[in-house]
Amino acid sequence: MTALTWPQELAIRSALALTVVAFLLGLFSVMTYIERRLLAFMQFRLGPNRTGPLGLFQPVADGIKLFFKEEFVPQAANRWAFIAAPAVAITTALMAVAVIPYGGAVTMPRFDLLPEWLRGRPIPLQIAHLDVGVLYLFAVSTLGVYGIVLAGWSANNKWSLIGALRSSAQMFSYELALGLSWVGPILLAESLRIEDIVACQAGGIHRWNAIIQLPAFMIYLFAATAEVGRLPFDLPEAEAELVAGFHTEYASMKFALLQMAEYVNMITVSVLATDFFLGGWHAPLVSLQSAAGVNLGLLWFGGKTGALLFLFIWLRGTLPRLRYDQLMRFGWKVLVPAAVMHILGTAAVILWLTR
Amino acid sequence: MTASSPLPSYVPILVLGAIAAGFAILTILFSHLIGRPRSTPAKSATYECGMPPVGTAHARFPVKFYLVCVIFILFDVDAAFLYPWALVFRELGIFGLIEMALFVCILGGGFAYAWKTGALDW
Amino acid sequence: MAETILFYALAITAFSAAFAVVLQKSALGSAFALIVVLCSLSAIYGLLGSPILATLQIVIYAGAVMVLFLFVIMLLDVRREKGGGGPRSFVPLALLFAGLLVLQVGAVLVGSELVPQSAPFDGSAKAFARRLFSQDYVYVFEATSVLIVAALAGALALARRRR
Repeated sequence: MTALTWPQELAIRSALALTVVAFLLGLFSVMTYIERRLLAFMQFRLGPNRTGPLGLFQPVADGIKLFFKEEFVPQAANRWAFIAAPAVAITTALMAVAVIPYGGAVTMPRFDLLPEWLRGRPIPLQIAHLDVGVLYLFAVSTLGVYGIVLAGWSANNKWSLIGALRSSAQMFSYELALGLSWVGPILLAESLRIEDIVACQAGGIHRWNAIIQLPAFMIYLFAATAEVGRLPFDLPEAEAELVAGFHTEYASMKFALLQMAEYVNMITVSVLATDFFLGGWHAPLVSLQSAAGVNLGLLWFGGKTGALLFLFIWLRGTLPRLRYDQLMRFGWKVLVPAAVMHILGTAAVILWLTR
Repeated sequence: MTASSPLPSYVPILVLGAIAAGFAILTILFSHLIGRPRSTPAKSATYECGMPPVGTAHARFPVKFYLVCVIFILFDVDAAFLYPWALVFRELGIFGLIEMALFVCILGGGFAYAWKTGALDW
Repeated sequence: MAETILFYALAITAFSAAFAVVLQKSALGSAFALIVVLCSLSAIYGLLGSPILATLQIVIYAGAVMVLFLFVIMLLDVRREKGGGGPRSFVPLALLFAGLLVLQVGAVLVGSELVPQSAPFDGSAKAFARRLFSQDYVYVFEATSVLIVAALAGALALARRRR
């Protein structure tokens, strides 16, 4: 197979980036429906079931409604910052997906419609192969704070500002534990490329980081739940005390973009948990990897991510909210020291085993 | 830049950034065009549970938030060093482990001081 | 060619944003302009072939230090500078320091070639890490931690409630 020229490579990457963004936004709207339905069932309600069969068109209806809502900027707000904040939030949320692999390579079919150089070519499902992938992720997740700070500050509303302060303090407290929990898998794979970390876990469930790095996996799950502000860590929008936190004054599509950023972040942390700890697209048993000659990698990947997304919804339907002091205490006095200890311990064990 | 790819590895990230930012701007613009504002003084007032707003939002805030941010920087630098260290610690061997353990212990001293002075109690 | 254009675009962005940092009246605007400066510098590091330095620049400066700046601005509600800034007596001192800086940079520029030909180097994360954690930099590396802890202790002491 001939090597690609740079315009061809660029075309493939751009198409992939567009597909991933479109897929994420589609998954976001489906998730809003699934979440409402599942929560309703957990609480012996029906949930949205009027729009279309089983209420399936509910996300479409919501989208149309939000587009036609009145565009609204409060009098006291800093106008440009207020408008820019949702854009910053969704842009940083979408930027994070650049270095994440979504499954092995997919071989393009030999359709006549496709140009000659594309037919039968394996395409790795990853937008950018960066040498410093994990570090890039950490960098982008720290930038996620700006959208929230900007939104809360610019609205010039007490609830927004307090909500933004709380959210940002919570976000960077748990970001640390999140970032530190990745160091264990990096130690094992000796690479900052996420595709290498996934490759390191090939060969069955006993090689998954969820098993051999169980403490790191647990730290990751706690930290990820808090990082994306889901129950029981949804202090940013504790509606009983803060109205709606940093997006109190937002309406119409700007509100939708902030909401979208939150869901995209939730999907991202689930995908990352799959890649870092659950073996990515590798099956728990090697014999289950392919059926009838077809590689089931994508199916395994989707299944694991879906299970994690369900876990987030399940938690929301089950647990009450923490108090802010409990939240900060747990993050700083338990998770961060535990993560650092775990890294040094893992390193010592690896050195001892490879003596 | 990998040898196998003719494209610098950061270019797809720029493409993704452009797509994301373009999507955000278009969405806001589109909703601005079709959702016509019908503003009234009461509607555009700051929301304070339906009451007339009291004072400005920018009051003074607990210094705790600032302290947590400083401690965050402490560990952020720690993490920034841990990532490259994790890449080569097998080559470094026991020297690397002691080097990093000492680094973490000194930072741990600062963390313990913050803990003891109550900067982590809310 | 494309890299040259990109470099100049980033350099101009960094330069004009740096001017905006100084000339902005609103403190928050200055802070955001500074974020733009830091991000363009990071992109320039990436162009120079060191992606790890580029990401570390974002992680530490744009991700942590600038958040602290923003917090301070928001907490203190520094809205707009009133009048012409600080007392006039600082002006000669400021000019002196600016002159010193120009002299320093000038000395470095005069002593070097205008278009330095750098030897090809390995900019990968592993090569960077090997260099950073080698015996050469071990004292500097440990000293960094002391420096950070000193800064933390200072902040804690300042924020302590007076009894």
